Amino acid sequence: MSTPLIEITSKEVSINNYEEPFYLNLGPQHPSTHGVLRLVLELEGETIIGCDPRIGYLHRGVEKLAETLNYNQTIVLSDRLDYIASVANNVVFCLAFEKLFGIEVPRRAKLLRTIVGEMARISSHLLWLATHALDIGAMSVFLYCFRDRERLLNIFEKICGARLTHSYVRIGGVRLDFTQEIIEDLYQFTEEFPQLITEYETLIDVNRIWLERTKEIAIVSAETAINLGLTGPVLRGSGVAYDIRKVRPYDAYSEVEFEVPVGERGDTYDRYKVRMREMRQSNWIIKQCLDKLKETEGESILAEDAPDLLLPERVREPEPKPHPKKGFVFTGKEVPVVPVGEAFASIESPKGELAVYVISDGTNKPWRLRIRTPSFVHISAIPELIRGHMIADLIAVIGTLDIVLGDCDR
Amino acid sequence: MGVALWSEIVILVAVALLLLLVALFHVAYLTYAERKIIARMQQRLGPNRVGPRGLLQPIADVLKLLHKEDIIPYGVDKPIFHLAPLVSLVCAASGLALIPLWDTFVLSNLNVGLLFLLALSSLSAYGVILSGWASNSRYAFLGALRASAQLISYEIAMSLALLSVVLMAGSFNLQDIVKAQMESPFKAYIIPQIIAFFIFMVSAIAETNRVPFDLPEAETELVAGYFVEYSGIRFALFYLAEYFGMVVMCALAVTCFLGGYIGPFNIPGLPFFWFLLKLYVLLFFYIWVRATLPRYRYDQLMGLGWKVLIPLGLLNLFFTALLKLWL
Amino acid sequence: MKEMLEKVKEKFNKFVLAFENRDLPCIVVKREGFLELMKFLKEEGFNHLIDLCGVDYLNYKPEKKPERFEVVYHLFNMNTKVLLRVKVPIPEEDCWQYSVVTLWKTANWFERECFDMFGIKFKGHPDLRRLLMPEDWEGYPLRKDYPLELPEEQEWKVYKELKARGSK
Repeated sequence: MSTPLIEITSKEVSINNYEEPFYLNLGPQHPSTHGVLRLVLELEGETIIGCDPRIGYLHRGVEKLAETLNYNQTIVLSDRLDYIASVANNVVFCLAFEKLFGIEVPRRAKLLRTIVGEMARISSHLLWLATHALDIGAMSVFLYCFRDRERLLNIFEKICGARLTHSYVRIGGVRLDFTQEIIEDLYQFTEEFPQLITEYETLIDVNRIWLERTKEIAIVSAETAINLGLTGPVLRGSGVAYDIRKVRPYDAYSEVEFEVPVGERGDTYDRYKVRMREMRQSNWIIKQCLDKLKETEGESILAEDAPDLLLPERVREPEPKPHPKKGFVFTGKEVPVVPVGEAFASIESPKGELAVYVISDGTNKPWRLRIRTPSFVHISAIPELIRGHMIADLIAVIGTLDIVLGDCDR
Repeated sequence: MGVALWSEIVILVAVALLLLLVALFHVAYLTYAERKIIARMQQRLGPNRVGPRGLLQPIADVLKLLHKEDIIPYGVDKPIFHLAPLVSLVCAASGLALIPLWDTFVLSNLNVGLLFLLALSSLSAYGVILSGWASNSRYAFLGALRASAQLISYEIAMSLALLSVVLMAGSFNLQDIVKAQMESPFKAYIIPQIIAFFIFMVSAIAETNRVPFDLPEAETELVAGYFVEYSGIRFALFYLAEYFGMVVMCALAVTCFLGGYIGPFNIPGLPFFWFLLKLYVLLFFYIWVRATLPRYRYDQLMGLGWKVLIPLGLLNLFFTALLKLWL
Repeated sequence: MKEMLEKVKEKFNKFVLAFENRDLPCIVVKREGFLELMKFLKEEGFNHLIDLCGVDYLNYKPEKKPERFEVVYHLFNMNTKVLLRVKVPIPEEDCWQYSVVTLWKTANWFERECFDMFGIKFKGHPDLRRLLMPEDWEGYPLRKDYPLELPEEQEWKVYKELKARGSK
């Protein structure tokens, strides 16, 4: 297993003055690579002059596996992509499948999806803040964030019984309705959460070391950011107000009000600010959705034409006339279980643009399921962002991009 | 004559052992206190399983570390690898012998006590560099490079801060410094030498590799820095050295700036009360800083050392000298 | 949007195979004129390449596809907020495609992944290596004729070595 390091060093090699390049193999087991990211770094002192990310240590072949599974079964797989905000993955899979099947989701289910989606966003951002602060060395913020994330996870547990891998959303709606207790818990949470954000901000926002570590670090201009394919808070930190919730609204986002926070300079501090403001907006969205939920009391949470959880292998066309003795008979002619065609759906996941492209051949399994994940693109941008910075900045950059390796490797 | 010498030696050894034991006890419970206090600040419980309120936790930790396998990785430079933690520990711990704990209790009343302490803390850089070099690991190597640069630059700032104290007291002897403070108008040098105190505290944090200057062992960057390859008891020695360093630095600060063992009034039966109280306050400050601040970046750390602390220290020294000359 | 498609029809009539409109407007284009079309689209404002992926149509029942592989691009115009899909059929025997890294840097890893999974080579790519699979892996896992589970003798040789070492 010969895996060469960077083959060509970025230094000019001359015979007279030959310096052996200093390579550092950061990861795959490293406390701050957020999983199993491996970066081969070429260093000059502490400065990074070359960086080559190696991924695939968490590659589980979700795209290949999905081709052998029922449509509904793939949703369980989707939980394992971005395991920090698994509801977002559920939603995008279901949106793509619903587009393919031509199903309209009832309003209550849409509201419920929006609420859990925003809860996932808050819990993901809290985890991001925790690890980002810990990477930079502020240990206390880490535990404060985990304390509050715990409350959200408890609510998730009440909603669907799972804390991380929810599989709460299903094709045509959601699995379970909210109970009154959950709604009260959520109301209480939305009341208290803005003060908690202020608490985190007082911990780090006026801290000189924090500012020195994040300001002017890894600046991305708007054009470069778009060209590199960066999305989500990272792109918005550079000042581009590209939020799929506004641009191509899905679920109930068209009926709620919220702002899209953007940064100015596009440095690490701006991205931090954008995420902090986004948490407040998410909190507001949850509140609005909870209010609207009252209007839809008692409505169905599943579309009437939603397919069964287990799609049959094959469906035969029924004969036009009922048979007098046997009830129905089937002609031999097979019809597609699901419509033939293709569908593309993308959502604003907490980490960026999460898109699914599904092609169906009429059987109960997808012909091809392509998942475009934000972490994959963001990791591919690390060499571009880190050039000329120091090792300590690399850690800050990994933190600020908010990557999850399960999301990247699929 | 012979008997007197022997009894003197026996007493000296006994006192040294006693001091070492007390210091070890302090270091062990400093780790406990750190974990408990930080836990309190971070809204969690801290150790609470071993013994009542987790009070036996440090002992359990020591036993665990003694039990652990002593892994010597392939490719290390064995003699140096074995030597390095000892160098660190000895340099960090022997400074304690010079601190006057009471006007009749100081283990070795050296005339150049302060210089000796500074020399010891410079020597402790060797432990770090040797461990980083001998480990044959890039993380350890980078950690050692950072540590040596950091120790050398902050050493200067610290020496400058202490020099102004020496100028005020007119002696390198720590006992004399305490006595000079007793006779000074403010009873402690922290008031006339507040700048020196500030410089000393900052560089002491850097000298002992604590947050926010814990770059050599930055967990999230260099995994554990220079002792990444160490395990078991050798790891414990490094750990001990760090906490010993903390205690010695705080004791030095108490001696040089806070008036040592002198208190506003004597408490009968508790001779070390004031010294320990001041020591604990400073140690608490250390722990508090750790719970609050993020970590500096390498170049920012160097910038702070060379562009802020050293010029400030020089200025302070200059003014102290002028004051001394005129008054 | 319609005007844009008209323009494409006018300019690239030779190369465009079809215009589809199932869930999104979609242009199916020949490989020959592909790069010019992409350049044109980028100039039109499609500055965000959302996704690039390969599809294997081996034994695809519902319709007869002209070629085995297809590379699918999803483009987004940030100004007019229009989504567009571009498909390029790639024949099996002559399995390569033009790289768009010069237009969108984000295509770099997408193309590497596509190469890794389907074996489609991208001409003009600066650094075409395997990405998700180990560098000495044989075969292209997302092709339809690649089994979900390899028979024992075809396993990755590193894995075989590890197993042999474990059984000792």
